[in-house]
Amino acid sequence: MDELNRRHFLLRAGAGLSAAWVSANWPALLSAATHAHNAAKAATPPKSEFFTPEEAAEVEAITARLIPTDDTPGAREAGVVYFIDRGLATFWTDDQKTYREGLPDLQARVGEMYPSLSKFSGLAAEQQDAVLHSFDENTDAPRRAFRVRPGAQSFFEMLRQHTINGFLIDPDYGGNHDGVGWKVIGREREHMFQAPFGYYDKEYSGWQPEAKEADKK
Amino acid sequence: MTVDQPKYKTSDEVDFVVVGSGAAGGIIAKELSTNGFRVVVLEQGPYLTEADFNHNEIETLALDKLTNHPKLQPNTFRKTPSEKAKPQRALVYGRCVGGTSVHFTANFWRFHEIDFVERSKVGAVAGTGLMDWPITYADLEPYYTKVEWEIGVSGLAGASPFDPPRSKPYPMPPLPVKSSGVIFERAARKLGWHPFPAPMAILSQARAGRSACINCGFCLSFGCEVGAKSSSLATAIRMAERTGRCEIRPNSYVHRIETDANGRATGAVYFDEKRNTHLQKAKAVIVCANGAETPRLLLLSANKQFPNGLANSSGIVGKYLMLNSGGVVIGQFEHPLNDYKGFAVSRVMHDFYELDPQKVGFYGGGGLDARFDFTPISFAFGGLPPETPRWGKDFKAALAQDFNRTMEIFCHGTSLPLENNSFSLDPDLKDAWGLPALRLTYTDHPDDLKLGNWMFARAHEIFDAAGAQKKWSFPAREQQFAVHLLGTCRMGKDPKTSVINSDHQTHDVKNLFLCDGSSLVTSGRGQPTMTIEALAFRAADRITELAKGGEIST
Repeated sequence: MDELNRRHFLLRAGAGLSAAWVSANWPALLSAATHAHNAAKAATPPKSEFFTPEEAAEVEAITARLIPTDDTPGAREAGVVYFIDRGLATFWTDDQKTYREGLPDLQARVGEMYPSLSKFSGLAAEQQDAVLHSFDENTDAPRRAFRVRPGAQSFFEMLRQHTINGFLIDPDYGGNHDGVGWKVIGREREHMFQAPFGYYDKEYSGWQPEAKEADKK
Repeated sequence: MTVDQPKYKTSDEVDFVVVGSGAAGGIIAKELSTNGFRVVVLEQGPYLTEADFNHNEIETLALDKLTNHPKLQPNTFRKTPSEKAKPQRALVYGRCVGGTSVHFTANFWRFHEIDFVERSKVGAVAGTGLMDWPITYADLEPYYTKVEWEIGVSGLAGASPFDPPRSKPYPMPPLPVKSSGVIFERAARKLGWHPFPAPMAILSQARAGRSACINCGFCLSFGCEVGAKSSSLATAIRMAERTGRCEIRPNSYVHRIETDANGRATGAVYFDEKRNTHLQKAKAVIVCANGAETPRLLLLSANKQFPNGLANSSGIVGKYLMLNSGGVVIGQFEHPLNDYKGFAVSRVMHDFYELDPQKVGFYGGGGLDARFDFTPISFAFGGLPPETPRWGKDFKAALAQDFNRTMEIFCHGTSLPLENNSFSLDPDLKDAWGLPALRLTYTDHPDDLKLGNWMFARAHEIFDAAGAQKKWSFPAREQQFAVHLLGTCRMGKDPKTSVINSDHQTHDVKNLFLCDGSSLVTSGRGQPTMTIEALAFRAADRITELAKGGEIST
């Protein structure tokens, strides 16, 4: 990593970090800076690799109902469809079949529910939600899985999970465009943090051994 | 690799071959090579280093970059031995140099005196194999101290009135407190309990050429990219390499221990990356492959002389598996905690470490900790209140509202050792190398579930005392997925009820040693790695003494 990039990174990282802390942790910060730099280099610009343009428009419309745009950005602004597309061409190749079979099913369902229309993306928002509800089996997905493993059940469930992944993954890895997903949930996009972290530890006066016990006596 | 290692030939009879490079294998390799022995460590996973670790949740969590892979290494599960097991992912462990210590939470409590003598103290528990250890806390104390000072543990000695005696303070102060820790500490003290700064195997200060934690927030399940987490990779493995006598050989999948006509181990047979088979010859074999793979390797090594598997004259290899009971209660608060910053845990409580079965009506005990171990994606799947819609406007609003205001109280508890709970070889399913897959058989003892629910109730009391806006949990459920892999080749004096003696030597094969989670006799209260590492330091001392006294080679 060259000096300019390093300085840029540390400037970005520097907000809220004290000079003493930065200097004490300098080697670790450099290492983190190198990671961020390498990850940024690895991110690829959006281009369709798996979906046809028509499929991409349909999938984007679905993601936009799963995580909609309101007064804050949603899946559309996060470029989730590009992330899913790249995923299906690379790390999610096992899931291609579910999409190949699921998209025509979706098309058919749109035709059944709204005979005059054929495309999901052509429906009004309420109609889109009605179609998605008809697919959502509300499977009893374990609320606290140790790991983020899609159960690979239905097309809907897979798309739901892929959309969440594309919206919330660290932006350095190709999704969550411009970090909008993290802005929505309030996660700062830094590689390092210094205490205090939140409201409740800000006023903490330090560890007091057994103060309560002493008071009681 | 940071330094030049020796390259031993497989035909060289080295002093020790160590199977597995995790919490135990790393330390044993480091100790034995430091003591002058020639050591080869065979690790089934790749040699990843800090430069390979990142914050990619998909790669790390879903695609198993650091862990056993369900496609290559499928498993089966059943509740009882009378059922036919069904294919399902049944366990996770670290599959890389450093093993599970690379991605663990790094909660590093010592076991207490009670854990070693519980059978004597509470008496027999009908239908279980609960028994005392052949060693006591006092035997292990010097080695706990070694772990703290040589591997690197942050903490505050004397902060918990329930702590067992210690010979030395921690080598460095605790990590900073998080908002979850402050909330937990204030509320628990209000209730008259004794929370204390969490002992963590993460550096709070730069030490031994390693960086202090920079609070990046991708800790549990991830490898530490600055080497602040005290994994075997960041510590013992590097020290072993520096001796110039230890070779770490990654991508080496050991599937048989060879024995000779005299019933002695002669070496370990493994597949290399290209699936060629080799026999690494050694004077003694030490298996540290974890509480699932260690018994599996012994069972895979069955031959004419040892028809039930190696070191299995007792018939209990793989049995008495304990997974630790417990679970999580989640709470939400008014103001931002921003608990995604930093490591997971900053406060722990041991008031319920020893519960009186006469009073509570069940066996067991546990610890509680204040944490946030979610990442953004895992939070969206597991951190929201159960009634939250799973998609759409209200789902998004909940994510935005809750991510920064949520914390967890994790309840960690005992599991009783039951003979039916086990890892064994599946009779049908094979792994990608054509070897029998791991089969998990498990049904929690009713007391383990009662304990879980009892601790959840205490966690709810803490959230109430803290003024949480919302809190929830689910009743303790029977487990079907293993993370802590304990007790499957347990230590004991009697060869009929244990697999290894207190020197970690198998009762049946004098130059075969086992050390990892499988060695544990009781489950402790949910944080086993510290004890596995202390056992490893002690085992290395014992093995060194036996080797120098000529008791292994004859």
